[in-house]
Amino acid sequence: MTPTPTPTAATVEFRGLRRTFGTTTALDGLDLTVAPGELLALLGPSGCGKTTALRMLAGFETPDSGSVLVDGRDVTRVPAHRRDAGMVFQSYSLFPHLDCVDNVAFGPRMRKTGRAERHRQAAELLELVGLGDKGDRYPHQLSGGQQQRVALARALALRPRVLLLDEPLSALDAKVRLTLRDEIRRIQRELGITTLFVTHDQEEALSTADRVAVMRGGRLEQCAPPAELYGRPATAFVAEFVGTMSRIPGRLHGGTVEVLGHRLPVDGEAPAAREVDVLVRPEDLRVTADGACSARIVATAFLGATTRLTVRLADATEVKADLPTHEAAALAAGDAVTVAPRERPVLVAARPA
Amino acid sequence: MAGLTPLTRAWRPAVLGLAGLYFLVPLAASVVFTVDVPGRGLTFDAYTRIIGTEGFLTSLLLSLGLAAATIAVVLLLLVPAAVALRLGAPRLRPVVEAVCSLPLVVPPIAFVAGIGTVLKWGPEHLSRTPLFQTFVALQNPDFPVVLVLAYAVMALPFAHRALDAGLRAVDVRTLVEAARSCGAGPVRALVTAVLPNLRGALMNAAFLTLALVLGEYTVAQLLGFRPFAVWIVNVSGSQAQMSVAVSVLSLLVTWVLLLALAGAGGRTPGARRARTAKGTP
Repeated sequence: MTPTPTPTAATVEFRGLRRTFGTTTALDGLDLTVAPGELLALLGPSGCGKTTALRMLAGFETPDSGSVLVDGRDVTRVPAHRRDAGMVFQSYSLFPHLDCVDNVAFGPRMRKTGRAERHRQAAELLELVGLGDKGDRYPHQLSGGQQQRVALARALALRPRVLLLDEPLSALDAKVRLTLRDEIRRIQRELGITTLFVTHDQEEALSTADRVAVMRGGRLEQCAPPAELYGRPATAFVAEFVGTMSRIPGRLHGGTVEVLGHRLPVDGEAPAAREVDVLVRPEDLRVTADGACSARIVATAFLGATTRLTVRLADATEVKADLPTHEAAALAAGDAVTVAPRERPVLVAARPA
Repeated sequence: MAGLTPLTRAWRPAVLGLAGLYFLVPLAASVVFTVDVPGRGLTFDAYTRIIGTEGFLTSLLLSLGLAAATIAVVLLLLVPAAVALRLGAPRLRPVVEAVCSLPLVVPPIAFVAGIGTVLKWGPEHLSRTPLFQTFVALQNPDFPVVLVLAYAVMALPFAHRALDAGLRAVDVRTLVEAARSCGAGPVRALVTAVLPNLRGALMNAAFLTLALVLGEYTVAQLLGFRPFAVWIVNVSGSQAQMSVAVSVLSLLVTWVLLLALAGAGGRTPGARRARTAKGTP
């Protein structure tokens, strides 16, 4: 019983969106395009404008300037209830006075769909989100994860052209969060619906989205597929926000940088100063026991297949390095070690004052 | 009653018993006074006489009509205002709360003096305008609209508090936005998504307004109208036993009405308040 896929997946376009609330700038000229059927995650620290952007697409906020386009049509001034956008909220938003079927059938009811027909649709959607047997339950009889599933079914009930997810998993506990995010991804693929997913959890964004848009201070920092974002971050902010990144002092020599006694090619733009910070991922550092060296292990954290070491270098910089757990077994906090980068191009950033 | 100290356990029934006595003894005494006539034994004469007394039914019906109209006015005024306040201008809430509490501070005597002045001033200055007829209609003794308006003001503090408590228990903004993203216009979102979850608060506001209107004496008496409370006082002067019987009866009438309202607004399985947990993992 798969509901028919959305007839036409929409293209969504943000053009130069600006919005200030009092003295704070929520959006500072956001330009972004979401391709039809794509799941795009808006990622960023709190206050970066990601939720404001989503709410503008939903019709709950109006930009000071700029426009929102769906399939080329300007919808900036279209009221929320005529936007054709289904939304799942961060807080539990089911109507407490309606059971699951009536919650899901709420949209069709507003569109004057007949009772039998809308109940049939609702049952189908509840089946899709795996709650086919919970139709007569009221929201307070469901767990948080189940409530968000119903909320997803409700958002899909009007066959919207765009699906908006506003941190739908953040109120749930870790395990439910994992299963539900896979579920969301499966359903999104199945229906081929253009989806915007706001989150501040980078792992969530990287694991579910086709592309991730990293935002900071109301602007877009980078929008790229997860692997590219992680492997080739466009800016130091993206590099440090996505995944774990250590800053190690280095010195520029033309197109190369000297770090930890090694010379590595510089990836992308280099700052004007000679003294820079080199950005290195934990998996790009090798750590070997060496009694003569002045770098020392400060802490170890067991992560399963790998173990993360925190190492203090001679100049007191702390770096993170991931080792296969069987290799790390020989090392302990307090051991003297040598740290060396893997031979590959690295990102450099200006050293903070 | 796990976790309570023995002292608390003993105190609870004691306090309940004392409070019960405080309320029930005068009531019981009243009832006994009305049915136990010296020399004649047990008789319900006082009660049967009420029905026949002139003005009983008209004044009771007038009071009920006034109560219904006041409840309608208060809710129509307050509900949209309270919701709009919550959605659009949460900072104005203290202001509105202060304004709604004003009627508590103004004594009914002062209030009625003000109304009286306006009612006198109006016809004198507006006799040649259509507003004159409005002033006349306001004071129609069969259904004095002016009382409805006055009672609506007097009920504001209670109704506002009841509504505010109800609104606090639901996440109005999210409910409205959820309804709107499901295709409901602003008004429909309010009616279909918010109001059903305020059922308890609406009932409370209606209860309090009803109780206020049925018992109100000062304003009605001073403006020269004759709803139930005024009628009770009028008859009680001449016939002691019957006047107490009427008081007992009016208490019963109020209780029955409150029970009926509660029954009409009965609980549905889903009418619990929404959980509005906001997670920050």
